[in-house]
Amino acid sequence: MDALTLSRLQFGSTIIYHFLFVPLTMGLALIIAIMETAYVRTGNETYKRMAQFWGKLFLINFALGVVTGIVQEFQFGMNWSTYSRFIGDVFGAPLAVEALLAFFLESTFLGVWIFGWDRLSKKVHLLAIWLVVLASNLSAFWIIIANAFMQQPVGYAIHNGRAEMTNFFALLTNPTLWEQFPHVFFGAIATGAFFVVGISAYHFIKKSADHDFFQRSMRIGLIVALIGGIAVSITGHLSGQHVVQQQPMKMAAAEALWDSESPASFSLFTIGDPKDMKDVVAIKVPYVLSFLSYNNFTGEVKGIKELQAQYVKEYGPGNYVPPVVVTYWSFRLMLGVGAMMALLSSAGLFLMWKKRLEQMKWFLAMLVAAIALPYVGNTAGWVLAEIGRQPWLVNGLLKTADGVSPSVNPGVILFSLISFILVYGVLAVIDGLLMLRVARQGVAAIETHEEVKAEELVAAY
Amino acid sequence: MDLQILWITLIVILFTGFFVLEGFDYGVGILLPFLGKSDSERRMIINSIGPFWDGNEVWLIAAGGAIFAAFPDWYATMFSGFYLEMFLILLALILRGAAIEFRSMREQTHWRALWDGLFFVGSALPGFLWGVIVANMIHGVPIDAHMNYVGTLLTPFNPFALLCGLAVVMLFALHGAIFLSLRIEGPLMARSERAARRIWLPALVVFLLFVTMGFFNTAVIHHMLLDAKVMPLGYAMLAALIAIPLLLRRHHSGWAFIMTTITIVLASLSLGVSAFPNIMISSLNPAWTLTVRNASSSPYTLTVMSWLALTIVPIVLLYQGWNYWVFKQRIQPHKIGHY
Ligand code: HDD
Ligand code: HEM
Ligand code: HEM
Repeated sequence: MDALTLSRLQFGSTIIYHFLFVPLTMGLALIIAIMETAYVRTGNETYKRMAQFWGKLFLINFALGVVTGIVQEFQFGMNWSTYSRFIGDVFGAPLAVEALLAFFLESTFLGVWIFGWDRLSKKVHLLAIWLVVLASNLSAFWIIIANAFMQQPVGYAIHNGRAEMTNFFALLTNPTLWEQFPHVFFGAIATGAFFVVGISAYHFIKKSADHDFFQRSMRIGLIVALIGGIAVSITGHLSGQHVVQQQPMKMAAAEALWDSESPASFSLFTIGDPKDMKDVVAIKVPYVLSFLSYNNFTGEVKGIKELQAQYVKEYGPGNYVPPVVVTYWSFRLMLGVGAMMALLSSAGLFLMWKKRLEQMKWFLAMLVAAIALPYVGNTAGWVLAEIGRQPWLVNGLLKTADGVSPSVNPGVILFSLISFILVYGVLAVIDGLLMLRVARQGVAAIETHEEVKAEELVAAY
Repeated sequence: MDLQILWITLIVILFTGFFVLEGFDYGVGILLPFLGKSDSERRMIINSIGPFWDGNEVWLIAAGGAIFAAFPDWYATMFSGFYLEMFLILLALILRGAAIEFRSMREQTHWRALWDGLFFVGSALPGFLWGVIVANMIHGVPIDAHMNYVGTLLTPFNPFALLCGLAVVMLFALHGAIFLSLRIEGPLMARSERAARRIWLPALVVFLLFVTMGFFNTAVIHHMLLDAKVMPLGYAMLAALIAIPLLLRRHHSGWAFIMTTITIVLASLSLGVSAFPNIMISSLNPAWTLTVRNASSSPYTLTVMSWLALTIVPIVLLYQGWNYWVFKQRIQPHKIGHY
């Protein structure tokens, strides 16, 4: 395999892996902050133990979020040096600000939070976790500024053979940023919420002793899940409308829309033939795509063939069609997840309100399984956004094939790729097992910790 | 002031902060297997850096980000040129971070021994590799006219660079031992002090060997010892390093820590000043050397970044300082902490 393919595989797999941990960090931090706020306001010790228990799970997840993030920070230079030279003048700035503004804040105050339970006043301790929430969102915001530039370059001019920043403010007001960030934010919130809901549901099924503890967790979780589930769909709809305008080819591929249609129908299920650019089996709902794209039933949505011809005219010969099968199915997957999340969280809240949730074992079992839903949605979403942008690395400016490091030996990349896969694989299993153990133990997990310490001391002296 | 100079200064400061702060973190990790006799002692050692290590690691991330933003060509050449070294640093940091967080999650001795081992490796490797990278940058690496590295995988691992790597590891171990003696109470404290005194001499020897070798084959170190502009920094660094055992013998650990800190700060300052305006020297053709002039971002970007950095960095320094102040208490055997 050549350096390009290997670098793509490595970037794609390591960033997807990083983004397994990121949304849980963002979402769970918020929920823990809500719990601790309740503790400070009511003085109820249960809320404190809730913050500590979910905090323990949070930390297991956070550790891998941090270490996999550093890989991403280095990788632009390691594997994509031509890209880094071309775009660094614009792209480096948000990355640097992310570290200065967000990572320092996040890591410092998380340390304060972990070690500060009996060192700080309640209010200062609470402030620490809210600062962690703020910081994790700032970090998402700044990295998405960088990503949004790759989707929709703004505020730059081509000088000296590279993209140079001409207007920093334009980066901050990039329309793609303002459709991506809210969507990612609510996806992350939903991830944290379904995590809390699922584990609480498990303890309802097991009829664990700490009933009150998990009931309160469940309530907070379900409310946040409903907000997240609905908001992610609304922001996703807005995203879609923007993408139709800004990156029509991405949406055409996501819909497997070979020919322009007016009004356009929405595909529920298509098995297509990407080579001949035609459908083999297709189930379509008329008008819906036009509505999704423009909020009315008449607009024209451009198809792949027309766009391809248009791009050849604009950028010269080449293939401008992203992998249709991947984009199409990742889009369906994401939509399906959105629907399921809204359904499950509203049903859950309804049942809780009717006080019937705890008897419905099969529904609780579904909630446990639903922990996986947001993960599927998040991954599918990024696959759509990034693969749907191909062949461009920076939309309209630099092709992926032209961004790779010219001087790195493919053998070393293969070596690093295999090593990452092995190490990441092992760590994922360990991380998962540790989480499972703590989640199963329930409240006991935060109490045994203290006892162990006492025993060890006897052994030590 | 000239923005390119402002930014190279800021980056040197960020790297210096990284070497000083992660220096003792890594040092603590390097010493773990030698000083921690029981499991609770090993936990005390890890908890001595507990609230700080992640915040310290961000100094490296910030330095990397700042290089990308201010000198994209430097970022591109260094990270792709030292691909293998960077990859190994990443691997080490991954294992180290996982080790810190995971080791105390289970009680089995082999579980903890495994993570302790990885923590040691993950702490020793990055310092060593950064030493190798820095030595190559000042000595010169094969860089072509398009700023691309054209050496082989093994080019960077020459004796001079290996010696530099070793010197960095020894210095970090010394720095870490003194840090531990300041952070911990009980028998471990005395043992850390003793370790510091033992490490000092070999560290000094390796360091002097490195300087001697550098004197004969790199202009940067030649300047450090003979050029009147940088000489004071170079000799002050040696003086600080030499003062350490005298302070340790009188149990002035606080002062000794200040001396290792000064050693690290002056080492990176004097290398930076002495190499200026070169960043990565090309061994093929001096005209192909990366300098602060030919590798930088546009004036506009540098201006924007200056405003941002000069606003944010002082605030960061304030709250990181506050963090150290809150947790200034020594770790006591009966209150081990989180990890
Ligand atoms: C939408 C959010 C988001 C996205 C798209 C990314 N990250 Fe990330 N990153 C975070 C959100 C985040 C976070 C929530 O702030 C993390 C995750 C868990 C954590 O520890 O902090 C984090 C951690 C994290 C760290 C470690 C920080 C520390 O030591 O505290 C680095 C260096 C990066 N990331 C760098 C990157 C780069 C270079 C990315 C792009 C390729 C990237 N991240 C994508
Ligand atoms: C965190 C969520 C993200 C995910 C899951 C993700 C996913 C992906 C995937 C799957 C690819 C491979 C595309 C292909 O090879 O066809 C890719 C490519 C790429 N992405 Fe992202 N991405 C994310 C965020 C980002 C961000 C924030 C940036 C920039 C700041 C970025 C920069 C890139 C670059 C440079 C490539 C080109 C390499 C390649 O084609 O593989 N990505 N991404
Ligand atoms: C239900 C309706 C949804 C719609 C209409 C929708 C729409 C979209 C669209 C069009 C994009 C591409 C944006 C771009 O390329 O710039 C996208 C990306 C994404 N989606 Fe969704 N989505 C929905 C649900 C979800 C759900 C449930 C999740 C996860 C929980 C999710 C997570 C993501 C993520 C992480 C991205 C990548 C970041 C981005 O580009 O904004 N989406 N979504």
